[in-house]
Amino acid sequence: MGKIEWAMWANEQALASGLILLTGGIVGVAGQFRGWQFAAYAVAAGVFVCLLEYPRSKRSKGTSVERPGQYCFTVCVKAFGPLTRNYYVRAFLHAAICVPGGFMLATVMGCVCLGIASLIYLAAAIRGEKWMPILPKVEVKAPVETMKNPPQNPPPRPPAEFRRKHVDDLEGAAYDNPMSVTADE
Amino acid sequence: SEISFDSKGFQVFTFLWMGVNIFLFVWYYFYYDLGDEFFYTRHLLGSALAWARAPAAVLNFNCMLILLPVCRNLLSLIRGSFMCCGRTIRKQLDKNLTFHKLVAYMIGLMTAVHMVAHLHGVVEQQQTGRIRQTEHSSVRAGGRREHLDPQQIPTYFVFTTIAGLTGVVITLALILIITSSMEVIRRNYFEVFWYTHHLFIIFFAGLVFHGAGRIVRSQQNEKAHNFTFCKDRPEDWGLIPECPLPTFAGGFPKTWMWVIGPMFFYVCERLLRFVRFMQTVHYRKIVMRPSKVLELQLVKSGFKMDVGQYVFLNCPAISQLEWHPFTMTSAPEEDFFSVHIRSAGDWTDKLIDIIVNAILLRMGVDGPFGTASEDVFDYEVSMLVGAGIGVTPFASILKSIWYKFKEGNPKLRTRKIYFYWLCRETHAFEWFADLLCVLEKEMEERGMGHFLTYKLFLTGWDQNIADHAKVQVDADTDVITGLKQKTHYGRPVWDKEFEQIRKENPTSVVGTFLCGPEALGKVLEKKCAKYSEVDPRKTRFYFNKENF
Repeated sequence: MGKIEWAMWANEQALASGLILLTGGIVGVAGQFRGWQFAAYAVAAGVFVCLLEYPRSKRSKGTSVERPGQYCFTVCVKAFGPLTRNYYVRAFLHAAICVPGGFMLATVMGCVCLGIASLIYLAAAIRGEKWMPILPKVEVKAPVETMKNPPQNPPPRPPAEFRRKHVDDLEGAAYDNPMSVTADE
Repeated sequence: SEISFDSKGFQVFTFLWMGVNIFLFVWYYFYYDLGDEFFYTRHLLGSALAWARAPAAVLNFNCMLILLPVCRNLLSLIRGSFMCCGRTIRKQLDKNLTFHKLVAYMIGLMTAVHMVAHLHGVVEQQQTGRIRQTEHSSVRAGGRREHLDPQQIPTYFVFTTIAGLTGVVITLALILIITSSMEVIRRNYFEVFWYTHHLFIIFFAGLVFHGAGRIVRSQQNEKAHNFTFCKDRPEDWGLIPECPLPTFAGGFPKTWMWVIGPMFFYVCERLLRFVRFMQTVHYRKIVMRPSKVLELQLVKSGFKMDVGQYVFLNCPAISQLEWHPFTMTSAPEEDFFSVHIRSAGDWTDKLIDIIVNAILLRMGVDGPFGTASEDVFDYEVSMLVGAGIGVTPFASILKSIWYKFKEGNPKLRTRKIYFYWLCRETHAFEWFADLLCVLEKEMEERGMGHFLTYKLFLTGWDQNIADHAKVQVDADTDVITGLKQKTHYGRPVWDKEFEQIRKENPTSVVGTFLCGPEALGKVLEKKCAKYSEVDPRKTRFYFNKENF
């Protein structure tokens, strides 16, 4: 299992846990169950976890797929620097957040799920994984004026036999470039 | 072969399934909400009873279904017996994975509803504020477990009952299964997905015992004790003949009846996969094709295939549990079957690396699976379109057509093939280009040069004109050079192609087959309708919706 990035699974699990914590909290508050204060806490904790976990990390190997609209979240999470980059911090954070959820039935599920996410993050941290933001590549675009009309057709090329260099007939092998070649300014 | 959601038959099937779900939910909701025997139970639990039992019924139904779509050998067997019954049913069986996911989502959703409802029910029982003071102790004692202390916290109740404990454990298993089945994890870290998915064993074990505690209780003596008359005079219970003490009993657990069949089938399925894996597979030939594509020619006794089918390969040296699907590229007429494996992830990379070093790994083969497309041989003129990786089954089809033609097989009615190959670049498919050239040469040798007309469309040309500079012109790509006369840049102009086929075949029925994206399928279907003449003596195009 050499190439597995545990953080990717921890992230899915933590996001799900956040939602479950939130749902349990809402049910607890709305139903006015005994211990509803824990439920109110769970609502806040659930929202926080969801916001933290929504932006997916960039994979160390391979293409990363963003979640829809995650860019603003990425920027926010990135702003916390090492606190959000380091998975040890996340592991302990989630472990701490989940504890109060265990005191009320409605939020117990969220508590256990977040606890599991915390363990997976711990595994990721031990393996040296890091959270890296997925940022759009900044492309240097040539000024628009030089690209009035992109060519409609491929440049004409003589058939392969002509392009292959014939040692005995170097002159015959050469061909005229249809467009003049100039150096870039 | 990628499955799409759009095809009509699958939609109908999904509607039926949804219909059953809705029916079960509504039926059981009212059964528990209106049933006389649950009057007192409802008194304790409120509407939570019905809201918990309705999704439970839907859960029973879906837990029964979830194992079936992944029994690929069983499905193959059924498919075999439906051979004569029309292709729609058989194609449905190929949408197994999509259906499995749908059912899984339904299970997740219903689990959430079920849990929240029971949460309310459990908590309502406990919160003394909701229990009426005039309530008779027999209801309190009988309507739920006798030794229950109303002061106990709900969490304790949950964890000390079979239902509560199994419920929490299996829900946890379900959540872990779902998070590890997300596309990101499934595609990139297959082992995490596969191993975690086996938590389904815990899920089903817990599910079967979930109702063993018989917690949901109903009144047994409603005829003797009529609640309409007696409910308002609890002080008379046991003292007047019309109102003997109500007696309660828990419901007989029924979930096992729903799931035991599929569980049995699934066990058989896994046994069958194991048996097939143990059957010896010999390597007949191994060829390293250009662009790191590995061709494996394998022989297995008793193996029979049809065109366009796929097999699952397992290589214990690389991964004990992973089975990977590959479309077969050989024709049924050959005495071996072949697959072309290209680098597409950890497993394929390792396989290619090891075999290239001349180490012959033990291989298990499961299959063949997939809808055989025998229609391909029925048309006088065939129009075959393969896009990208979709070109792979056409290797099998083209070879088979050519074999049948050489043998004079009466099943083959094809006299002319038009083959359209669309891809961004031929880089990973040089083996296929090779095949086309070989077929063309053989046909020309027999004076049958006009049997096959093929055109290659490099669609990558559209996107980045500079890419063309990367095409290497050297000895290694002679094969591509050979195709250059038939190479077009950009996407085909289908109107032109259909015109040409119609002109060259003014009285024929043309069968059109596609292996590629749905969007292209829609385009082709429209063109087939557009260019078909009403007059049956003239050219008619039939678009075959089958996805290989």
